[in-house]
Amino acid sequence: MSQPIRIHAARDFKERSLAALNDPAQRKNFRGAMDFLQMKRRAQFGDKDELTTLRDLGEAIRRYALANLPELLEQLERNLTANGIQVHWAETADEANAIALGIARRVDARLIAKGKSMVSEEVGFNHAMEAGGLETLETDMGEYIVQLAGEAPSHIIMPAIHKTKQQIAALFAEKIPGVAYSEDVDTLIRIGRQVLRRKFAEAGIGLSGVNFAVAETGTLFLVENEGNGRMCTTVPKVHIAITGIEKVVARLEHVPPLNSLLPRSATGQAVTTYLNLISSPRKPGELDGPEEVHLILVDNGRTQAYGDLQLRATLQCIRCGACMNHCPVYARIGGHAYGTTYPGPIGAIISPHLRGLEATYPLSFASTLCGACVEVCPVRIPIVDLLVRLRNEAQAREGSADATLRGSGAARTTLVSTIWNGWALIYSRLRMYRITSWFMSRGRAQSPVEQGAWTRSRTPLTPAPKRLRDLIKETNQ
Amino acid sequence: MEYAQGFSRDYPAKPADVYLFATCLVDQFAPDAGLDTIRLLEREGITVHFPQAQTCCGQPAYSSGYPDQARAVARQQLDIFPEPWPIVVPSGSCGAMLRHDYPKLFAADPVLAPKARALAERVFELTEFLVHVVGFAHDDSGAPCTIALHTSCHARREMGCHETSAALLAGLTQVKVTGQARIEECCGFGGTFSMRFPDISEAIVSDKVDSLRATGAERVVSADCGCLLNILGRAAKLDEIAGRSEATLPGEHIATFLWRRTGGEPS
Amino acid sequence: MSARDRILGRLRAAPKGSPVALPDIAAWHATRPPLATDAALAKFRSNMEAAHAEVHDTTAQDWPLLLARLAAEKGVRTLLFGPDTPHGAQLAASAPAGVELVPYDRPVAQWRDRLFDGIDASITGARSAIADTGSMVLWPDANEPRLMSLVPPIHFVLLDAARMHANLLAAMLSERWASGMPTNALVISGPSKTADIQQVLAYGAHGPREVIVLLCLASGGKP
Repeated sequence: MSQPIRIHAARDFKERSLAALNDPAQRKNFRGAMDFLQMKRRAQFGDKDELTTLRDLGEAIRRYALANLPELLEQLERNLTANGIQVHWAETADEANAIALGIARRVDARLIAKGKSMVSEEVGFNHAMEAGGLETLETDMGEYIVQLAGEAPSHIIMPAIHKTKQQIAALFAEKIPGVAYSEDVDTLIRIGRQVLRRKFAEAGIGLSGVNFAVAETGTLFLVENEGNGRMCTTVPKVHIAITGIEKVVARLEHVPPLNSLLPRSATGQAVTTYLNLISSPRKPGELDGPEEVHLILVDNGRTQAYGDLQLRATLQCIRCGACMNHCPVYARIGGHAYGTTYPGPIGAIISPHLRGLEATYPLSFASTLCGACVEVCPVRIPIVDLLVRLRNEAQAREGSADATLRGSGAARTTLVSTIWNGWALIYSRLRMYRITSWFMSRGRAQSPVEQGAWTRSRTPLTPAPKRLRDLIKETNQ
Repeated sequence: MEYAQGFSRDYPAKPADVYLFATCLVDQFAPDAGLDTIRLLEREGITVHFPQAQTCCGQPAYSSGYPDQARAVARQQLDIFPEPWPIVVPSGSCGAMLRHDYPKLFAADPVLAPKARALAERVFELTEFLVHVVGFAHDDSGAPCTIALHTSCHARREMGCHETSAALLAGLTQVKVTGQARIEECCGFGGTFSMRFPDISEAIVSDKVDSLRATGAERVVSADCGCLLNILGRAAKLDEIAGRSEATLPGEHIATFLWRRTGGEPS
Repeated sequence: MSARDRILGRLRAAPKGSPVALPDIAAWHATRPPLATDAALAKFRSNMEAAHAEVHDTTAQDWPLLLARLAAEKGVRTLLFGPDTPHGAQLAASAPAGVELVPYDRPVAQWRDRLFDGIDASITGARSAIADTGSMVLWPDANEPRLMSLVPPIHFVLLDAARMHANLLAAMLSERWASGMPTNALVISGPSKTADIQQVLAYGAHGPREVIVLLCLASGGKP
């Protein structure tokens, strides 16, 4: 889905999150799914020492890749090209889509069968292809359901996590000709399998994402359970892989630790059903596989994050979704409320680079900074520190040294800045603090009963009759 | 946040003197927790010094994205602990601010950075200090009771204090600490988060109140006043809405609870 | 300037930061000691079975008989195989009764409909296996193409028990993958599955519903 720039970012986010909070069925779905995924992940990492070692290594691998990113991208390009895979570079979403459209027109493709790719969501791929006269078909079961419903994914690993089987049963019965209503999950999956199976052969192009791009060997590493990714990368005549420039790793041997962290963190599986390692198009004599393989390397704002040593850590992400699975805010409002391709904590820290802070700043504030995400991140992204930094950027004075990002200062208001200046004045000057807190204690009987947002949900805060500092003074006298 | 560093550190021998950084919440809203912290420490033969110049750690501005304002307030705290004594904080959240965030806040300042780092090294959360430095061991003299423990997210994830709080309560023979659904989940306070996103905050704290009530515990104990004000305030509001005059979920600071259970006179 | 040059230019213009050491994979590898043969086999088997795959013991001589029995039990009438592989030749020489052997011997475009709709099962070899996760390594080639392990609803896999590695890294290192990757390498850990509908696990999402391992033991099966 292509997403229009939001002018009223804060208001829109509030409206969407309020709608989500007031949808009890959806909240139950998310809560149940989050509990389940947390439990599954915990079961995978019973050995804390093993987890610590693995996370250290995962972080080191990703940091090494980022520290050498330009060289590794060139090496990747060299090796892929030598293997016969064509490499394209896209600075923006539009450029990425134009490259894919160009390929589609050259090979006269009408239908693109899509494996799961969050980058394709990010660039609004389906919308752009449809505008160009092509049909796109999502083939991951969750993505298929979401596409059929005309929605966007609400989770990066489980796109249809917000839907119940009853809703899906009704959707299938309504949208797929000849299908009767059934809530039986096996039946529903069999229906999806049958519908989609025919389409892989019809599609002129298969599209996929990439989990890890190995520079050393020129290999695209794809992780999945269903087999639709393998279908998309094997059956159509042309395979296009699309991914962010940060997905590169230096060596093949760097993949096993990351591949151990990824599914265990994501869904609590020790391993996914398929690891699909693609290093070239069909070679002479081979009987299947695409004749052309393309890789589109997408920037779309990632170089902004890369340009800042603190924010660069954002690009360590391997897209497991554990941060959202453990986020108390995500569990309450779900993925759609964020209004971005990537929801939850990772969405809050990556989206400002993709779409600008002006459109995304509310997300950095929509966190209690509880750190549950940091605790589970398999590559140790300091998400809380990055959220705080983005809050600083969002409220920085335009033109000041603290305003370094696209959209910095978008959340700054004179009123709020004045409040914080006043607050700082009180708490940084002892006399001011003494006087203010003394008045608060003495005036406790007159403490307001209405304390804005606080008392909408809680009883009012009332200062104690005497401050601790007064009680201590009295004791010492 | 560096989650590893708070968990393993070298603890000093029990000192003769400590500083108390009480936090602005305790000073203004929960002075009993501060007094009981002092009593707990002085019973161990430790002299507690309360610098009257202390105000607030600066976390509200820091976490709201106002680093200059946070620095201005934090700056006020840097010079008020001149002796090399440990600084005890009856809050994991404010303790984490001093211990982990001060060095980051002043990192770019060549004069203040070493000061902030040196101060951070001396900061201990109360329960951490009682377990690892004091070796707290007192008989439980209270009647049998069942309580639930809530640990703040900063205490849990930055300071490792869910373990020290639990260890102190486990030492009270007449106190049963109940299990709790999603014990590690945030209470939804998040400082200004609760004001900026009141609906989301309410949803989270309501769930926290539900899971605490479901334990059947007669009260909730926590080492953080921020969480307590949020949780108890929500529970009381729900009581009010339901027309109940008695608080169905009372609670108190762990310092007060420990002092009361181990023979101390109530404040 | 091209998009490529501008992207690389921005990356190069970014601050360098402190150097990051090459991750020490060997040290990690050393923390995961190799498994004894029996333990590795047992782990492979239990992991595979937990992933809903079947593992049957057999030998390099007897597996066609086992295959015939299993095929009959499962009602397999058409079996896709690679005639130019050694095991394909062995199978052709002792074709199971009542099963039509279908060779994968021409480009997929020439018989796509039959492949997708007219084949009950396939048999391929596995290059090696991984005990840690219960996985099999396949390197499809001209003699045993990629779709054999994906399209038919049942996939029989012939695996030499001697080709067992403790984990994925051990497989990569000892088979020297980095020195020459094939067009497509696969690591398969059971039948195709999905949990996209309310976290309920369902098998046979797009690939095989059943994965059946014919595990060839030198000793001729479990004692």
